[in-house]
Amino acid sequence: MSTIRVPVGALLAAGVLAAGLAGCAASSTAAGTTRSGSSTAAGTGTVTVFAAASLKSTFTKIASGFEAANPGTKVTLNFAGSSDLVTQVTQGAPADVIASADTTNMAKLSDAKLIDGTPSKFATNTLEIAVPPGNPASISSFADLAKPGVKVVVCAPQVPCGSATETVEQAAGTTLKPVSEESSVTDVLGKVSSGEADAGLVYVTDVKTAGDKVKGIPFSESDQAVNTYPIATVGSSKSKELAKAFIAMVTGSEGRKVLSDAGFGTP
Amino acid sequence: MTPVSAPRSKARTGSRTNRRDTRYTGVPPWVFALAAAGALFVLLPLAAMVVRVNWGEFIPLITSESSLTALGLSLRTSAASTVLCIVLGVPLALVLARASFPGQRLLRAFVLLPLVLPPVVGGIALLYTFGRQGLLGRSIELAGIQIAFSTSAVVLAQTFVALPFLVVSLEGALRTAGTKYEAVAATLGARPTTVLRRVSIPLVLPGLASGAVLSFARCLGEFGATLTFAGSLQGVTRTLPLEIYLQRETDADAAVALSLVLVAVAVAVVGLSYRRPRALPSQAGTE
Repeated sequence: MSTIRVPVGALLAAGVLAAGLAGCAASSTAAGTTRSGSSTAAGTGTVTVFAAASLKSTFTKIASGFEAANPGTKVTLNFAGSSDLVTQVTQGAPADVIASADTTNMAKLSDAKLIDGTPSKFATNTLEIAVPPGNPASISSFADLAKPGVKVVVCAPQVPCGSATETVEQAAGTTLKPVSEESSVTDVLGKVSSGEADAGLVYVTDVKTAGDKVKGIPFSESDQAVNTYPIATVGSSKSKELAKAFIAMVTGSEGRKVLSDAGFGTP
Repeated sequence: MTPVSAPRSKARTGSRTNRRDTRYTGVPPWVFALAAAGALFVLLPLAAMVVRVNWGEFIPLITSESSLTALGLSLRTSAASTVLCIVLGVPLALVLARASFPGQRLLRAFVLLPLVLPPVVGGIALLYTFGRQGLLGRSIELAGIQIAFSTSAVVLAQTFVALPFLVVSLEGALRTAGTKYEAVAATLGARPTTVLRRVSIPLVLPGLASGAVLSFARCLGEFGATLTFAGSLQGVTRTLPLEIYLQRETDADAAVALSLVLVAVAVAVVGLSYRRPRALPSQAGTE
């Protein structure tokens, strides 16, 4: 489990810097918060947020915006695979907010009555074909992935991106013969960016994060498997006010801006 | 070889019984208390796992097709890797223990590096060596050999992480054995290869055996380098640790059951390696 503690001082400095660079994309978080001032008045303290690994860059941004808008608060972030997060919360890990990458894992917590109320859906993600720069196997459609000799890497059916892959295969009527079924989307991306594989199926946001290390090829069948991200307050949380304020920021206009910049869709 | 090793084994058993009778064994009580805490630290998590096993489903879980395929693949690749470790590790240990040349200490440090390196780093290093875009990958691919996503990639990953275990065990055994008998054999006219085959290797056979068993155990548990370098596909590259990691996502019962199988195999293997060094010298003497 990787816990990321974001030092307040550094964030303040970053906030000042961002505010100074008017017109820069990063400034929107800090500046927007000051302008609206909506989600504040939650008091001081620490809020611990457990979030799916794919939310790492966006939630880090949102958390710094939250700390800037609520002086005296601190956001502790813990990123891991959604099923790991659910296991950690079930075993009593001290989380205030949990954001999962799929509804199935969140349902496990709802069923066990470990979260408050109904989770809010705040983002969606779809699959995209990722190929190494230069596209050595000349992939241009989903059907191309089934061409003989093309080394395709996908997620195993046991993990969310793998079940999305299976749905897309059925929708497209194409059966893939992957050379590897990885247990996380990062492993798929790694195999593609290193050039080991000719193509892989990852999320749109992963392609965006990877920058020029991979090239994304959208395909029409991807809308058959839309992954929805829910967020909720953990029932055992001791700072529910802060937790609610943080969720309000994620689902509000500022959070949406950060998420859509990273390629996430609106549920 | 009988005249060489027989006196040695006799001397050893003699000294051991002697030592047991007279040796000072006053261990302070608080050391026992701390030792008990240390033992608990290792045993408690294992016990906690055994408690979590769903015994009603245990047999179906560990005999499912994917489990058996993964176990079979693990045993086959570990055996192949151990052979490769012996082929590459014995000469390395001999050179490190017997020869003397500039850069020897540096070589030893680098050979032992995989012991302390996170396996995932080993996987990345292998990827940039044998991968399709790697240092050797292109020429290997031109020769018509595909390493990426194949079982050979698993064997390479396991050999990389397990090789130091064999080299360390064997180098230690070679240094302990000393060069007396080798020198005698040489003065009697034996050529270096004959000395190696008839004297050195038989003398360090127990060390070689325990090193090989430890390497095998390390191969069985290999996860990080395999995941990074070889990928994960049932029957080709998905070894038992990778299967456990994947099952954990959806079926905690299956993951726990398979973990217990791996623990059982590891205990058997390590138990074997710690019995061998004591059993073998007398065997070597009677040969």
